[in-house]
Amino acid sequence: MSPETSSSLQTTPLIFIHKELKGKLIPFAGWKMPIQFQGVIREHQCVRDGVGIFDVSHMGEIEIQGPSAKSLVQKLMTNDIDSIQDNQALYTLMCLDNGGVVDDLLVHRFSEDHYFLCVNAANTEKDFQWILKNAGSFDVAICNNSQETSQLALQGKHSEVLLQKLCDVSLSEIRYYHFKKAKIHNFTGIIARTGYTGEDGFEVYLRAGDAENVFRAMLEVGKEFDLQPIGLGARDTLRMEMGYALYGNEINEESKPFEAGLGWVIKLDKQGFIGQAALRKQKDAGNSRKLIGVRLLDRGVPRPHYRVLKNGALVGELTSGTFSPSLNTGIGLCYVSPEYAEPGTKLEVEIRKLSVPAEVVKLPFLPTRVKKD
Amino acid sequence: MEVPQDLKYTQEHEWIRVDGNKAVIGISEFAQDQLGDIVFVELPEVGSQIDQGSPFGVVESVKTVSDLYAPAGGKVISANKDLETNPEKINNAPYEGGWIVEIELSNEKDLESLLDADAYNEQCKNEME
Repeated sequence: MSPETSSSLQTTPLIFIHKELKGKLIPFAGWKMPIQFQGVIREHQCVRDGVGIFDVSHMGEIEIQGPSAKSLVQKLMTNDIDSIQDNQALYTLMCLDNGGVVDDLLVHRFSEDHYFLCVNAANTEKDFQWILKNAGSFDVAICNNSQETSQLALQGKHSEVLLQKLCDVSLSEIRYYHFKKAKIHNFTGIIARTGYTGEDGFEVYLRAGDAENVFRAMLEVGKEFDLQPIGLGARDTLRMEMGYALYGNEINEESKPFEAGLGWVIKLDKQGFIGQAALRKQKDAGNSRKLIGVRLLDRGVPRPHYRVLKNGALVGELTSGTFSPSLNTGIGLCYVSPEYAEPGTKLEVEIRKLSVPAEVVKLPFLPTRVKKD
Repeated sequence: MEVPQDLKYTQEHEWIRVDGNKAVIGISEFAQDQLGDIVFVELPEVGSQIDQGSPFGVVESVKTVSDLYAPAGGKVISANKDLETNPEKINNAPYEGGWIVEIELSNEKDLESLLDADAYNEQCKNEME
């Protein structure tokens, strides 16, 4: 990545609130974002114990609409769009012809010919160009709405009761991975029961110009629930505990999605999609490596690229690593050969010159608490 | 930001409290604030020699790994083992419970090159801009 100067970073409409709340601002994927407010550990625990609010406006939103919208979306995505109905969302990959991953994302279906995608901040432009390139003769309109759209996430067990005070739809009727158009504090938006933390919660899409008003209203209503603003530091520790992939770490254009444990979003038997032939070949060939969860058995903080050993011999490198506030120990993700992938297998993580004992654990590191049906 | 007057400081944000030929070393309130929640501390061995300006340990927050630089040289006579189970003491009490090592000074002249509280405070103000 090229070094970013202050002047070349984008800011979300919530930058003024971030500064007011004394957020520590850092460059992230071309944006100036708060890595923390009160502290990563406290923010992490706030989401696990109550409710936290995230500014995730840096994420991208792309709209696909028209008579051929469904065909195009089916062509682009590894998962099966036929499996969702109106007001439902689907986690999926977009892959290259050779099976490498362009991005992981959520597809939301308004109707058969109208969808919006939520994509990673770092990939927004790349994804938009990829979609345009492959839209060729399809009868669709494709819009990159990222600049005009803000996104807030409310995550934690009090999310529903908090958000209900501000919106005009019955949130208990929005099932997991479903969404609804709604008025939040009287501003039009979309409320989706999705998230990246493993807790019950919502991702709220708003017009960029309305985001500050809504955020402030949430902070006000949230006082009763000890609502805290949450930075990107805790966003990472929370997703790590769930074993969720992060594009750029676990998956990228060179990786094999089956190895990442993402076979469940690849529907090889559906109609033709980009990368299908290559992915079928990968599946048939079997995995030469597998993404595993690693938990330290001694003190230390595992980090991306730290070497992972078995009896002193190199078996892999961490793709992600952090300190888990909930488990009070270091955790990481790593690709290893299948013979080392069994939960309970003893490994070592090299931290500076020390070989710290660790073991393979089944993902997720913590049980998920999303509100599945 | 608290900057106790009775301590001396390095440009790398360590403090030293001298008592005769012994000294206690830690990191400043400014430093712990910059680092964030500290989750791991690597302490030097008791009995080992540390050299002025050289790294003698490591302090890690969730997001950062930071070397600790010796404000003065000497022999480590005590290391705060408490930090192995409660590293957050550095955040909560950087000048008291969060002390890191105690040394027997090799050379009192080392202290002359350190910053006093006012000079260190100035440096911190400049870093904030």
